[in-house]
Amino acid sequence: MSTSSAAITPGTTIVPKRRFGGDEVAYLVTLVFAASILLVTLLMVWQLWIHSSPAREKFGFSFLTSKLWNPVTDEFGALPFLYGTVVTSFLALLIAVPLGVGAAIYLSELARPKLSNSLTFLVELLAAVPSVIFGLLAIFTLVPLMRDYVGPGVQKVLGFLPVFSGHIYGVGYLTAGMILAIMTFPFIISVSREALMAVPREQREAALALGATQWESTFQVVLPFARLGIMGSVFLALARALGETMAVTMVIGNDPTIHASLFAPGYTIAAVIANEFTEATGNTYLSALVELGLVLFALTMVINGVAQLLIVLTTKKGSAKA
Amino acid sequence: MTSRNVRRNAVNNFMLGLCAVCAFLTVSTLFVILGYLLYNGATSVDLNFFTKLPLPPGQNGGGMANAILGSAQIVVVATLIGLPIGFFAGIYLAEYGGRTFAFLVRYVADLLNGIPSIVIGIVAWTVVVVPQHHFSALAGSLALSLMLIPITARNTEQFLLEVPRSMREGSLALGAKKWRTIASVIVPAARKGIMTGMILGVARISGETAPLLFTSLNNQYFSTGLSEPTASLPVMIFQRAISPFDDYHRQAWAAGLVLLALVLLANIAARMVISRGASLPR
Repeated sequence: MSTSSAAITPGTTIVPKRRFGGDEVAYLVTLVFAASILLVTLLMVWQLWIHSSPAREKFGFSFLTSKLWNPVTDEFGALPFLYGTVVTSFLALLIAVPLGVGAAIYLSELARPKLSNSLTFLVELLAAVPSVIFGLLAIFTLVPLMRDYVGPGVQKVLGFLPVFSGHIYGVGYLTAGMILAIMTFPFIISVSREALMAVPREQREAALALGATQWESTFQVVLPFARLGIMGSVFLALARALGETMAVTMVIGNDPTIHASLFAPGYTIAAVIANEFTEATGNTYLSALVELGLVLFALTMVINGVAQLLIVLTTKKGSAKA
Repeated sequence: MTSRNVRRNAVNNFMLGLCAVCAFLTVSTLFVILGYLLYNGATSVDLNFFTKLPLPPGQNGGGMANAILGSAQIVVVATLIGLPIGFFAGIYLAEYGGRTFAFLVRYVADLLNGIPSIVIGIVAWTVVVVPQHHFSALAGSLALSLMLIPITARNTEQFLLEVPRSMREGSLALGAKKWRTIASVIVPAARKGIMTGMILGVARISGETAPLLFTSLNNQYFSTGLSEPTASLPVMIFQRAISPFDDYHRQAWAAGLVLLALVLLANIAARMVISRGASLPR
């Protein structure tokens, strides 16, 4: 291993360059690989930017506000997809946040360590299930369930609201939101649990000593203390939900129009790319799809950035006070 | 006063109970998924599934031998590209990283990790498929390796940082150079954690569908090289599941069961290794 240093003969009089030892090589090699992460990310932005240029030049900012998506006349607008993406992700969070935070409270505050660890293990396994499997299950179980039972049931009670009106197809915004909820709560649970467990023990003890019940201590002391971490987990889940492709593609219904009803079929950015990319003909069509990818990229970048920041802030705060 | 305490107690019990319900509800979905896949897919996972080629719609039978092989091919190449890059980048972050540049790389790696897989598919398409004018397994592998790099880098970094400082100092005090210390003391000490992270990363990319949809596409037959469109298990599940044929649905369930079993087994094995034999107290 030390042959490289032995290669320099001791008798040489002039040493014009510094000896290039193992440390410099190792530093340079790892630096190159680390820098490649930055380069790859820049390359991704650059490729998306270039390949979306025909659509960007043709439509400008109206791309984001136009409701029209017509490949035949070469007119493309992203609004129905933006709407679908935002609505399904919002529905997912609406279901997943209370469930996930509740489960995280149970795992960090109530369950015995052994039970908590094995349940957390199962939650992590759930996070590892490939999204196409969720889609497969959703097509054959959730869709009929929504169409035949849940949908009509909800409509009977709340049908006067526009969001629950109209024909129930089984596929649509609500079904996609539900499958997204199941796919995102593992992330909420594991990150929130960490945040809750980072809360110093003294905080709980002080609250309990003042006569608070365990719920009051949890809700009024522990949760506020860990709120940044929990918010971080929610943003992380939001970024996952916005970019989730396969499961949503299989149950969203593929209809590029905006519907008020949550039972109606819709479309999301990721789903339209997955469905139409290989079939797209013509430069404008393809570049419009790439531009959708660019929009999705920017959206998740921003949300992820916020999530990382929040998580960093809580861990710093937690360790400073512990 | 007492009635107020009764109410507080009731609220306490109710809300804590609700949290427990949340926990068991969420965890039970894993068993629902497993049970449903077993119920629908177990009977279709037979020898034919592993050895036969897919048949055209309308004909019953056939298997997914080409998709299994294709998936393996794509994932192996992705692993060969992604793991070394991620591993060395992780060493840089943990051992050599200065303040600003390492922070930047770390932040960007986390962002890269959060980019939707479908967008990574588009990028691989622009880089490989567009210049070559045809779909290929290589493009799929490239897309998957882009997902693997940040996962591996951050995992490696994390486990290297857990190696106690005294081990570094001991090695340096014996006169070993820094690179020597890293190669023969620090990395071996963190070996188990790093391996676990790598297995989890590979398991994660094996189940990815979206980046393969328009990079490696699909193939009715065995592919003969990296530059050909190649069938893969996740894409096959997707296309079979949205098709209108019953026999295709049956095969989608079987393929789903096989894929899930592989991914979960890899996860369980990796986590067992770390929980049992981890050489470091965590």
